[in-house]
Amino acid sequence: MIHIPITHLISISTLMFFIGIYGFITRKNLFTILMSTELVLNAGALNFVAFNKYFYPDNLQGHFFALFIISVAAAEAALAIAIIIAIYRNFKNIDAEKINEMKY
Amino acid sequence: MNQVVFYFLSAVILVFSLLTVTSSRILRAAVYLLFVLIATAGIYFLLGYNFLAGVQLTLYAGGIIVLIIFAIMLTGSAGEKLERPSLNKFLLAILISLIGTVTSLILFFAYHSFPVIGNEIPATVKMVGASLINPGDNGYVLPFELISVLLLAAIVGAIVIAKKATR
Repeated sequence: MIHIPITHLISISTLMFFIGIYGFITRKNLFTILMSTELVLNAGALNFVAFNKYFYPDNLQGHFFALFIISVAAAEAALAIAIIIAIYRNFKNIDAEKINEMKY
Repeated sequence: MNQVVFYFLSAVILVFSLLTVTSSRILRAAVYLLFVLIATAGIYFLLGYNFLAGVQLTLYAGGIIVLIIFAIMLTGSAGEKLERPSLNKFLLAILISLIGTVTSLILFFAYHSFPVIGNEIPATVKMVGASLINPGDNGYVLPFELISVLLLAAIVGAIVIAKKATR
């Protein structure tokens, strides 16, 4: 076991998570919103791995959860990019504030 | 030695995640996100999960970031500068993030004596592969198959959504 307190690992993933939340609220471009989502997902996976390593080292549940999070993130990114490209084709811009056809 | 590497990787993660959400150039933001993901893979290596770190590097850093950069190029938005968020939105986001961070950190540091259960087992590639196709206890064959169906659905969906409408 490496000598790093688990609180430090969890602090890192917490900060990464809330930086992602910050980006999700302030950003307007759809691609940067997608990147903030990736930050949030990555922080979640890191948390799973940290808890597995420190509390339940006799099996690999958190490790497999992180694997499945990564593959779900891949599927999500592919679909999100397909949607963004379709939106760009119809509206000629990808600004989340200007795409408001369904708002009213 | 391990501690030095860990704190270096943590600093890289923090600095580059902040740059990812604040950078005004979209392509630079994507490259900063790449650094964050590579540093996370480094932490996985440090914890002894080599296979997971490899998957993180090839799928996340190699696959998703390249996909995002390609799509940025396709929509021709690589050169444009992103505008700053309005003050209201900025304050709201800062408030939410700070409240969340402070609450979580106080909770984590209040419970500093966590119980550790069982002995450590190494996560070799052989064990990971055997667990993924094992239908019994500690086996993950059902989520594995579900993920494969999900990926197939995502491929078909992405093609249908992104292709040009024919009339």
